[in-house]
Amino acid sequence: MSQSYRLSDKGRLDRSQKLTFTYDGQSYTGYRGDTLASALLANGVKLVGRSFKYHRPRGIMSAGSEEPNALVQLETGPRTEPNTRATVVDLYDGLTAASQNCWPSVKFDVQSVNQKIAKLFPAGFYYKTFMFPASWWTPVYEKIIRRAAGLGKSPMERDPDSYAQKFAFCDVLVVGGGPAGIAAALAAGRTGARVILADEQQEMGGALLSDDALIDGQPALDWVAKSLAELARLEEVTILPRTTVSGYYDYNYLTALERVTDHLGPQADDRIPRQRFWKIRAKKVVLAQGAIERPLVFADNDRPGIMLAAALRTYINRYGVLPGRQVVVFTNNDSAYKTAIDAHTAGAVVDIVDLRVDPTGPLVKQAEALMIRIHKGSAVVATFGKHAVTGCEIAKISADGKSLTSDTTFIGCDILANSNGWNPSVHLWSQARGKLTWDAEKNCFIPGHAGPWLPVAAGSGTGTYDLGNCLSQGFAQGAAAAQAAGFGSGEVPKTPETEPLVEGPERMVWTIPGKKPLGHGKAKHFHDHQNDVVASDIHLAAREGYLSVEHLKRYTTTGMGTDQGKTSNVNALAIMAEIRNAAIPEVGTTTFRPPYTPITFGAVTGQNRNHLFIQERTSAMHPAHVENGAVFEDVGDWKRPWYFPKTSKSGVTETMDEAVLRECRQVRETVGMLDASTLGKIDIQGKDAAEFLNWVYTNKWDTLKPGRARYGLMLNEHGMVFDDGVTTRLADDHFHMTTTTGGAARVLGWLENWSQTEWPQMEVYMTSVTEQWAVCTITGPNARALLADVTSMPLDPETFPFMAMQEGTVAGAPARVYRISFTGDLAYEINVPARYGLHVWRALQDAGKSHGLCLYGTETMHVLRAEKGFIIVGQDTDGTVTPMDLDMDWIVSKKKDDFLGRRSFYRTDTKREGRKQLVGLLTDNPNFVLPEGAHIVEDVKPKPPMKTLGHVTSSYYSPNVGRSIALALVADGIKRKGDTLSVPLMNGHVEKVTLTDTVFFDKEGARSNG
Amino acid sequence: MFLVKCPWCGWRDQTEFSYGGEAHIARPLEPGQISDQEWGDYIYTRTNTKGIHAERWVHTQACGRWFNALRHTVTDVMWDSYKMGEDAPTPPKDWDGLTCCDDHKKLAEGAKK
Repeated sequence: MSQSYRLSDKGRLDRSQKLTFTYDGQSYTGYRGDTLASALLANGVKLVGRSFKYHRPRGIMSAGSEEPNALVQLETGPRTEPNTRATVVDLYDGLTAASQNCWPSVKFDVQSVNQKIAKLFPAGFYYKTFMFPASWWTPVYEKIIRRAAGLGKSPMERDPDSYAQKFAFCDVLVVGGGPAGIAAALAAGRTGARVILADEQQEMGGALLSDDALIDGQPALDWVAKSLAELARLEEVTILPRTTVSGYYDYNYLTALERVTDHLGPQADDRIPRQRFWKIRAKKVVLAQGAIERPLVFADNDRPGIMLAAALRTYINRYGVLPGRQVVVFTNNDSAYKTAIDAHTAGAVVDIVDLRVDPTGPLVKQAEALMIRIHKGSAVVATFGKHAVTGCEIAKISADGKSLTSDTTFIGCDILANSNGWNPSVHLWSQARGKLTWDAEKNCFIPGHAGPWLPVAAGSGTGTYDLGNCLSQGFAQGAAAAQAAGFGSGEVPKTPETEPLVEGPERMVWTIPGKKPLGHGKAKHFHDHQNDVVASDIHLAAREGYLSVEHLKRYTTTGMGTDQGKTSNVNALAIMAEIRNAAIPEVGTTTFRPPYTPITFGAVTGQNRNHLFIQERTSAMHPAHVENGAVFEDVGDWKRPWYFPKTSKSGVTETMDEAVLRECRQVRETVGMLDASTLGKIDIQGKDAAEFLNWVYTNKWDTLKPGRARYGLMLNEHGMVFDDGVTTRLADDHFHMTTTTGGAARVLGWLENWSQTEWPQMEVYMTSVTEQWAVCTITGPNARALLADVTSMPLDPETFPFMAMQEGTVAGAPARVYRISFTGDLAYEINVPARYGLHVWRALQDAGKSHGLCLYGTETMHVLRAEKGFIIVGQDTDGTVTPMDLDMDWIVSKKKDDFLGRRSFYRTDTKREGRKQLVGLLTDNPNFVLPEGAHIVEDVKPKPPMKTLGHVTSSYYSPNVGRSIALALVADGIKRKGDTLSVPLMNGHVEKVTLTDTVFFDKEGARSNG
Repeated sequence: MFLVKCPWCGWRDQTEFSYGGEAHIARPLEPGQISDQEWGDYIYTRTNTKGIHAERWVHTQACGRWFNALRHTVTDVMWDSYKMGEDAPTPPKDWDGLTCCDDHKKLAEGAKK
């Protein structure tokens, strides 16, 4: 079989480019311009997959993005993509695809047994069957359901393709490149407005690509080509084919997915993005998305070969494929007659089955003149065929459309095209919070009251199907949109001449009767092909009380899945309306949500992946840390050395515990060095800087002398600690503030907030200098001797006391050295401009060899500070902790009338008894290290709940204390020091703990002088 | 995502800004002299307006300036923004919450022509 269903004289294909592709292991050919669907049909492949629930054979139903049926697994390996609609996959050479949800093959599928037992799978089947016991859900039921009700398979490897994102601004965004969209883009573009015209298809032209209409006496596609050429010449106009506008958000912010290379197949060069995700901010939006044909809901309307009438016409005219020889066109309206006429002209034997008793439009006359048989007042009431439709039975139906009034007649057919009228694409209108109106004459929802961003609609998306009207609407809306965006006079271009559309009325029969009543016998009336939902499921839902459209949707799964009910929603609503004997608008519509069609996760992510996902921050000394074998820890976006494991001569590398024990000991024995560059640093200047600090810290700053440093706690207005750090006065009007590593940006924002909004009269300026300074902290008894090797500054304690700062040079680099300590031992924080950081670090490392220098990381830093009871804000505090709760009254100034948070100290809740307070904990077993977060209780019960008094905030094994130590927040903890409480653990072990002071090591503080 | 007008930089995407809550809540001058109720009101109580809301924004990703703005809480349209210390502008009484001050200026200019 080689494209034996291809027509020689039709189609917009490049027949010079023959493309080879593989479907289910079989090789086929097609042409450039084909979709996978059209190429399959050209090769006579009608059966492309199995349905979701019943595993029924399914084929191609549409020719566009509304396709509910023809879902295929595209490509293999890391590029495999499940649930791809064959109707929107542009064919490329070497394409590989496979059918889904069938095993071992699409023709012989084991689970098709589900059809035979379909009675067991009504709507709500999952909810009813997989109910008890609840504990079986995840381990048992979910696995069964996922295996049985499968769609495609996700790729297991990393996505090898690259994706791009683009932010765009335009005056007028036109969604849809059919006649109305092109007209709107022309009218807007001619004014000089910046216009984006986006269409999801590979070619602009919309319905005209499938039609033989004339514009100004010439083929309509000539007008399309001429118009696109004019648009291409307009500098401010961007034309985006293969671009689906997927979401419409507030303030005319729209997202669109451009498929850049999908039509060329996988690309070796990942510098070309596979897809580009557009984020468009438009001043005005013109929605010209067209309309989607509705299927008729009749018995066994899902066999391969049963398709929408307009889709068949598209395959004939646009893709040059007549997928069958005997065609039945089943319709309730005139538009499907065009399909019948084109199929007839292309050589098929055609029967028209028209629900209407007396159709009279000119198209009907034309079909009659061509001697096409028309069965009026009739319906298809049964279909036949195992893997594809082979025939159908028709019968006359009653005036109320509920029953058959004649015997059935068999008609052989291999294609059954059907049409139940049209649904304008109102998805984006609805996403933009626009209301929908039911048009009782056209039997469809059309755009009603516009949402707040006032998009306008044009073309068949408004229920206007006459070409001339579509064009004039497009021109008018395009001109008006440009004018509203500040371009042009609003003058509307003249609409070219077209032949007016004359159509008779439709006959609505929402459920076509079958040979047996609905729900009896084997016949199934599908309204939602993708989710395998049938009309009788709607009746069942109604009987069980799921009357509201939102309940109906969730109970039956109608309208879910990759097609989001583009072909099924209105049919479902109409059937429910009939059951409830209500008007369709009373039943309501579901809310349309983005995306309009599925979008690739990769495109949403764009370039923000791998090393660009989070911008890693590294200090100036990072290369040295790597050389020294550091294991890194993420602190905010920073990579900080966590510990520096050593490897013995025999090749054994220390564990983290071993490394930390060694580092902890050695720092206190000789000297250690830590990279403290990541601490937040803020330069504060201005004549009111000291007064400003008085406001934002709890202690007094105006009394601090230049060259001296002080520790400060920062509170919010609730009186709770939110950051801490040491701030140094460099001059009368100049301070250097440090913050926690993670709090740097938050603190700067806080300071800016107060200085700009509450105290604008204060002259104070803040600048982040975190990245300008590199900081080597050396600490331990040998710190002074080490520093003396690389600097000539005086280091004797009289000249350079604790909590002082000196400027000078260290290892030849200009430096500010702060004598402050986070370990309790003698310590110097050597700040140098970042560009000297690596040099100074290496110089200290070299000089340190003779002083027993040990490099240490954040873990050892944590242990050493806990030995001294120094808090880490965010670990030992959690936003509900006051300075008094931390037993740090000493830092709260009694001399200041006010500072941020002070008044909250006197609120009843802040001064009450029983608040959680920071204490030390010593375990009964000195080697037992409590897990952080463990709860502390008075009375242990066999199992939770137990009344908790607090929790462990920090917990380590301290080699310097010679036992485990912990900090905890415990109710009334300060008063309860000496009490013994219990820590029950998840594994059942209960550890007794004694509440103590928070300082475990060097309680006198003698070591800070070295 | 809506648009925010920075008084210094103009209309920009909301992602460039951070929200700072209701505007014009002055910090009590003498917190020591007021009741818990009054202090609690200052910290916690907000109007939660449906309609025109005066609120604080900061242009975090750009100039870093704090400012006040009037936003319609139903439509999320910002009428206008104003610098700290300035009086709030007055939207027209019949403001529909759909157009901003600059649209109105444009319309007024159009009418003059």
